[in-house]
Amino acid sequence: MGVEIQIEGLTKSFGKQLIWGDVTLTVPAGEICVMLGPSGTGKSVLLKTLIGLLKPDRGSVVIEGTDIATCSERELYEIRKLFGVLFQDGAMFGSMNLYDNVAFPLREHTKKSESEVRDIVMEKMELVGLVGAEDKLPGEISGGMRKRAGLARALVLDPEIVLFDEPDSGLDPVRTAFLNQLIVDLNAQIDATFLIVTHDINTARTVPDNIGLLYHRHLAMFGPREMLLSSEEPVVRQFLNAQRVGPIGMSEEKDADELAAEKDQELPPLPPIPLQLEPTNGQPRRSQRPPGDWCRANGVTPPPGSFEPAMSMTPGA
Amino acid sequence: MSSLTSSRALAPIGTAGKLFAFGLDVGRGLFRRPFQTREFLQQAWFIASVTIIPTALVAIPFGAVIALQVGGLIKQFGAQSFVGSASVLAVVREAGPIATSLLIAGAGGSAIAADLGARKIREELDAMMVLGIDPIQRLVVPRVLACMLVAVFLNGLVSVVGVTGGYIFNVVLQDGTPGAYLASFTALAQLPDLWQGMAKALVFGLVAAIVASYKGMNAAGGPKGVGDAVNESVVVSFMLLFVINFVMSAIYFQLVPPKTG
Repeated sequence: MGVEIQIEGLTKSFGKQLIWGDVTLTVPAGEICVMLGPSGTGKSVLLKTLIGLLKPDRGSVVIEGTDIATCSERELYEIRKLFGVLFQDGAMFGSMNLYDNVAFPLREHTKKSESEVRDIVMEKMELVGLVGAEDKLPGEISGGMRKRAGLARALVLDPEIVLFDEPDSGLDPVRTAFLNQLIVDLNAQIDATFLIVTHDINTARTVPDNIGLLYHRHLAMFGPREMLLSSEEPVVRQFLNAQRVGPIGMSEEKDADELAAEKDQELPPLPPIPLQLEPTNGQPRRSQRPPGDWCRANGVTPPPGSFEPAMSMTPGA
Repeated sequence: MSSLTSSRALAPIGTAGKLFAFGLDVGRGLFRRPFQTREFLQQAWFIASVTIIPTALVAIPFGAVIALQVGGLIKQFGAQSFVGSASVLAVVREAGPIATSLLIAGAGGSAIAADLGARKIREELDAMMVLGIDPIQRLVVPRVLACMLVAVFLNGLVSVVGVTGGYIFNVVLQDGTPGAYLASFTALAQLPDLWQGMAKALVFGLVAAIVASYKGMNAAGGPKGVGDAVNESVVVSFMLLFVINFVMSAIYFQLVPPKTG
């Protein structure tokens, strides 16, 4: 069963430049969350703060009663064993082949025999579809393969929390779809807490249980998927539907003139909310809620055409 | 504004402090188990392989130029019988450690900085920390120890090759007598000269590896950052090693009185 991450009042700045301030949210145990945000809003910084690679200026990140922001280095290394992290480029060790890369955490942290290691590694390699590529060096394979190998390595210690730093950047749509399905299946299988940082809205609309949006140096909104997808809040609406009309401009924010110019523009209607991706075996995940559940419970009418199977996946169309 | 200038003026002190703190971290990592024997052996072999040939090639002209200088000077003094002794003294006391420091910082240190810098840029070090492994213990400590070990051996190599080079140069080109050259070896030189050369080499290896690791692990800003880190690590360690060489020589002369022939 996954572990909850409680983030409170988290603030980080580099020098005088504030990255984000006062971020407060709870990543529920065992659920899939997506953190969205325009490029350069510090999504990766947030991820690195969660695993203690960067120290926040203020605030706390509590996991199983330990505050990552203030705990000792020894505790930090201990708590990190709960994590599996997929870095943007996979971050494979360039001097080892894929097999040794995936086996590395097992050899360092467990006393398993080589044959046990082999079984686990091959199982994870099969999971990400890399059987046959064990002897390749990270430099010899494509970016997508590196990413999948990074995922295999992140999963090898059976983590309680899995963090993904842009799993879909640099992947073709088919591989992205496979990876998204893999994420959902994995969550059903190991019940870990998943946090995905991305700016791919298709992923954000169909994969998670919860969505968060970082914008303009703060957390604009965090909540259940249906809440954000049916939200009329300008920033959330603009981002989740990839529209040009709204407060987000080409360079961070739009100025007053630009906003005034588009004041009278009619906003396109909210697109229907798509169905959530389901595990391939048909068994619902533990944290999965029936479609439309949140909307009904909160008296929100979802946009027409929502939760229909075989619906167009193209947002904003 | 004043705070800006003061912070800029104080920045080098901050860097020196961070380097020192990094050195302390490495010192602590030395005693943490499990010791990475495999990495240590691999690194020792690697550093030796990139430094041995350049060191030998540097040591031959180094020994020859000392023989040339000292031989000429001593002839002017009319003390030809001490040529061997003087050149042994010069090679073992100074030339050995200096050539070692140049090679260990220039070849070994730059290789370490480049390797760790590339790993830092590719997020490998982050990945390692996230997997619960301390890169200082796993990567830096074996490199520092390997560098120290290789430095001591290199110092021995430079001494042997330098003295041989000096001998050949003196006997073949300067018409010195082999017997007089060899006989005067121990006239001025003494055993502590050898020890201090080794001690210097040990410290040089330590400092060069720590500077290189520090610079490599703090590389930032993409591939250019790695190049900058390598460049800075070589410059900084050269400066440090020459200062340390001077200080250790000064201390040595205070501790060990020169032999009166």
